[in-house]
Amino acid sequence: MSTTEVSTIEQLANREYKYGFVTEIETETFPKGLNEDIIRRLSAVKNEPEWMLEWRLKAFKHWLLMKEPHWSNVYYPPIDYQNISYYSAPKRKPKLNNLEEVDPELLNTFEKLGISLEEQKRLTGVAVDAVFDSVSVATTFKEKLLELGIIFCSITEAIQNHPDLVKKYIGSVVPYTDNFFASLNSAVFTDGSFAYIPKGVRCPMELSTYFRINAANTGQFERTLIIADEGSYVSYLEGCTAPMRDENQLHAAVVELIALDNAQIKYSTIQNWYAGDKEGKGGIYNFVTKRGACRGINSKISWTQVETGSAITWKYPSCILQGDNSIGEFYSVALTNNKQQADTGTKMIHMGKNTRSTIISKGISAGRSNNSYRGLVRILKKAENARNFSQCDSLLLGDKCGAHTFPYLEINNPSAQIEHEATTSKIGEDQIFYLNQRGISTENAIGLIVNGYCKQVFKELPMEFAVEAQKLLSISLEGSVG
Amino acid sequence: MLEVKNLHVKIDGKEILKGINLKVNKGEIHAIMGPNGSGKSTLAQVLAGREEYEVTKGEVIYEGKNLLELSPEDRAREGLFLAFQYPVEIPGVSNTNLLKTALNEIRKARGEEEVDALEFLSLIKERMKLVELDQSLLSRSVNEGFSGGEKKRNEIFQMAVLEPKLAILDETDSGLDIDALRIVANGVNKLKSNDNSTIVVTHYQRLLNYIIPDFVHVLYNGKIVKSGGKDLASELEEKGYDWVKDPSNELVSN
Repeated sequence: MSTTEVSTIEQLANREYKYGFVTEIETETFPKGLNEDIIRRLSAVKNEPEWMLEWRLKAFKHWLLMKEPHWSNVYYPPIDYQNISYYSAPKRKPKLNNLEEVDPELLNTFEKLGISLEEQKRLTGVAVDAVFDSVSVATTFKEKLLELGIIFCSITEAIQNHPDLVKKYIGSVVPYTDNFFASLNSAVFTDGSFAYIPKGVRCPMELSTYFRINAANTGQFERTLIIADEGSYVSYLEGCTAPMRDENQLHAAVVELIALDNAQIKYSTIQNWYAGDKEGKGGIYNFVTKRGACRGINSKISWTQVETGSAITWKYPSCILQGDNSIGEFYSVALTNNKQQADTGTKMIHMGKNTRSTIISKGISAGRSNNSYRGLVRILKKAENARNFSQCDSLLLGDKCGAHTFPYLEINNPSAQIEHEATTSKIGEDQIFYLNQRGISTENAIGLIVNGYCKQVFKELPMEFAVEAQKLLSISLEGSVG
Repeated sequence: MLEVKNLHVKIDGKEILKGINLKVNKGEIHAIMGPNGSGKSTLAQVLAGREEYEVTKGEVIYEGKNLLELSPEDRAREGLFLAFQYPVEIPGVSNTNLLKTALNEIRKARGEEEVDALEFLSLIKERMKLVELDQSLLSRSVNEGFSGGEKKRNEIFQMAVLEPKLAILDETDSGLDIDALRIVANGVNKLKSNDNSTIVVTHYQRLLNYIIPDFVHVLYNGKIVKSGGKDLASELEEKGYDWVKDPSNELVSN
């Protein structure tokens, strides 16, 4: 890359994280540390039934026996789990019915993020369940959804109001024994979202949650559970930003999706958490377990993710294709810049007959970052006529970053058809010069080229999200390329 | 419009242009001809601002400005356009998107407002007709899967939309069949006015049957060895480049 390009890029690299600010709201925060008492206190604060507490305690006991895994291609200093506070909630009324009751400071925060609830309500028709630190403060459109029998609320409310559904499905896709971080989450999850779409109902709007990590040193342990009953459809959007912090913040969420016969779940994520400063200091650790079960015949689960933030991203949104003819899809754009590290991909577990999966992964590495795709396609013995198509592309911007691809294929049925394509390319100087010659600045040229590269994934996003994703990618790339 | 004075250019330590002098006035069409490896494309690329080429001597004045000090994008914004010999493919970026981004950046640099979406749409539809380009190419990724002829026509289409003051056509005729050649030349001629200038870089004389140059320059071994009117092109075609290679015919460049 030419010297002028590098210098533009370096200038831009010094921009600060746009969303780095702290909202001052009184919070009730537990003392640091994790033990049975903390879990009991947490469960009590949330008025949970006995079975929930027991489940948490079982998870905690199991977690104590586990060791933190280190097989991923990411590096970070040891995490002191006793130096984290496991609960933080805005002190004012935890439950609000309308925006007037919401702390104005909080509304301001959302406005700074460009996602004011009012805007959301008025303009987009998106129902927003805003998770602010650990307690849901505002839930909109709930009534309209209720008319259709759709339940969309915080998981805390769901535990109280729909215990049968929660009890039946929680941990059924990601058991509390699943992995170190999922077990930790099961023990201490604070809040998250819950959605249930009844039989034959097509959810008329995109369900959306904006997560926001706020209080210092508070790990976030979100738990999301989405159930699409027979013949239903739902599209769920998750978008994130977080304020600047000096100490790394651990985020270990669990998302479980269940699609019954002929049901469809589309889950889209834009993740833009604070990635740390140029040296990688202070960013979020995002160690997430996301998994969907296509439990019924002809069911379908699509994951679409645009990952631009976090110091470390470690996650594999996966599909378990149990039902015959079920379909799993994974569309991913993962962008790393400066010293960010990402080890992300998917798992497609084919169990039923005629199951199909598609994996489109687009990695973009810039700066001194490291970007790994890790994906597993497993065809079980009984999965007749399973098909998978995987395409894993890596784009390198500059010569100090890394891209890695780790595909794992486990085929136990000879009728399977598996295709895997992988490419690695560097952004072309010829392309940049061509666009420069048309009057386009290097910065915008890179934006165009990268957005073009990601088009296959962006077209899977709901319209308004796709626009946001493109902007985000351009913002994240400003200063990234060298 | 453009004045090139004693331009010397190196790439990878090798001198390609060895003292080019060229003056292009408003409203003129200049043809630069020459055998392969004579430096024609280098001249085109240097004028457009390609960084790999090192200018070791000489200067280029464009519209009263020192062209060599401007970045490639600033040259474009000042109205300089290069139709590439090998147009680049940009996967996932539609032709429309590229043109809209380009047009808006050029407008912004000139302190003009962004182009209105409807206005832009009617502009590109109108300009497509100039080069008889199929509308489906608008939404397709830039040059991706285009035939050789479509790529070249697309270059002229972009030129038609961006309306440059100085257009440099680098071997735009190569790879074109006779019909496509006529279409491309037709487009260039329609865009011609008394206010803009064109430099046609070509190996063959045949394009000059359609785009009639005011001046023809013969580039050989990094120097302009002959300059003349449009008849020089026919003479060259007749006698071949060996004619200019003959030292007895070498003239001092203008």
